[in-house]
Amino acid sequence: MVLYRVLSSSPNKPANALQSTLLNMQETIREPMVQDPTQFDVLVMPNLYGDILSDLCAGLIGGLGVTPSGNIGANGVAIFESVHGTAPDIAGKDLANPTALLLSAVMMLRHMGLHGHAKKIESACFDTIRDRKVLTKDLGGNSKCSEFTEAICQRMKDMD
Amino acid sequence: MAAHSAVLSASKIMNPFWVGRLGNTAKVFGTTLIRHRNKTSLTGENIPPPAKYGGRHTVTLIPGDGIGPELLNHVREVFRFTCVPVDFEMVNVNSALETDDDMNNAITAIRRNGVALKGNIETKHTLPASVKSRNNVLRTSLDLYANVMHCQSLPGVQTRHKNIDIMIIRENTEGEYSSLEHESVSGVVESLKIITRNNSIRIADYAFKLARERGRRRVTAVHKANIMKLGDGLFLQCCREVASGYPDITLDSMIVDNTTMQLVSKPQQFDVMVMPNLYGNVVSNVCAGLVGGPGLVPGANYGRDYAVFETATRNTGKSIAEKNIANPTAMLLASCLMLDHLNLNDYASLIRNAVLTTMNETRLHTADLGGQGTTSEVVQSVMRVIQSKGQFTAEL
Repeated sequence: MVLYRVLSSSPNKPANALQSTLLNMQETIREPMVQDPTQFDVLVMPNLYGDILSDLCAGLIGGLGVTPSGNIGANGVAIFESVHGTAPDIAGKDLANPTALLLSAVMMLRHMGLHGHAKKIESACFDTIRDRKVLTKDLGGNSKCSEFTEAICQRMKDMD
Repeated sequence: MAAHSAVLSASKIMNPFWVGRLGNTAKVFGTTLIRHRNKTSLTGENIPPPAKYGGRHTVTLIPGDGIGPELLNHVREVFRFTCVPVDFEMVNVNSALETDDDMNNAITAIRRNGVALKGNIETKHTLPASVKSRNNVLRTSLDLYANVMHCQSLPGVQTRHKNIDIMIIRENTEGEYSSLEHESVSGVVESLKIITRNNSIRIADYAFKLARERGRRRVTAVHKANIMKLGDGLFLQCCREVASGYPDITLDSMIVDNTTMQLVSKPQQFDVMVMPNLYGNVVSNVCAGLVGGPGLVPGANYGRDYAVFETATRNTGKSIAEKNIANPTAMLLASCLMLDHLNLNDYASLIRNAVLTTMNETRLHTADLGGQGTTSEVVQSVMRVIQSKGQFTAEL
């Protein structure tokens, strides 16, 4: 029932500069995560706690519709996926929010070392959402999935 | 009496061995006015008489570690001031020792008095694994099977979500806290999570009875039965069996990860929640965070014969100990729950109202609520409010 909290790491610092804190799960979940989640950076934990905490954090940032994830194995084998459900009620109607799957694809590009492409797509996606002009229904707008995607593609064209 | 008929119907579900032993669960509630210690001819059980002599109750007090001792001193101060007819028998437990003598003394004292108020006893990670969590030992020895936490939005406290009113009933004696672990192969540890039919029925029954008594409509069972099909599956099945005896109350179920997500986005949808031990730990801490933090919510542990009151989130608060910045609200409200349990409802309401009135004063908020008030300022304010109600009090 122990989590390690890793603070302030950066790719340029040697490993021994990483500060880590042993946190009792109680201290992590209750007060900080719900009241001030910004104090956390990277959290590592066993399976069940990860299940619970990842859904809790997804709830904090807007739900499973915008949360990407990846499953990493040995030798670079990895599967990236969105963790929301299959939503059969809106399937095939061009209504779904592609953000979760798109950001999972961005994670995949980073995993493959294609950081430039990843950055571009991610910025375009975040800027489109920040702009609030073209949003799918779950984010409070009434645009279609294809319109949202088109807006992101347009931004990327404008970036070049 | 309605209580007896409820017990008889529950007994049809349960193993006959448990009928006599569970006969008095109907009576062990917090703020109910039924005297929980009535001996009944139905069960012929020998419940020890209340520790009440000359009109004064005796309650065991375990200061614990961290902020426990100072907060419990404040409770004693408020009680002395309000002339509450309760005497405290203090029992210290030293968490650094490996022997069990301290704990045995504490448990004996609670058995003697029937009721206790405690601070959290620290569980040092550095002690060997054979030394169990002292709080856990206390709960299992006294069979305090139900941990009850009532999370309510307080008017004086600013939070992201408003209008929260959730009762959380957590199984308190088994589950992931069974302390059964072994390492048969070096580097491979196996932990046993124990779920029993008897304890699951018992806690579900407690939850439904409490819901009915408080006029609640819906009980949500929190589980992870899609993964732990046998363990949590059994728990869920027991909840459904018990639910069939309460047609006026709806039972629904939710997987624990979805539950935490819903709690942080739409907590108003929950009414009463019942769950096994570990999920109870997680959910109660999340809910405490939602209503304003660990300094605000009291908790109660009920068993058939004993009751122990403490703060809901059971943290030691070592980093803020003895700095006069801890929030005394949770401990004071826990002492009010204790007074309700002892049928001293007038004193309980008086102190509770004083605490909630003080909470409305933003300038008195302690650090955990974003203010700069000190513990003693809050306690002084509580006592002034009590005095202003015209109650006979000792000197300030």
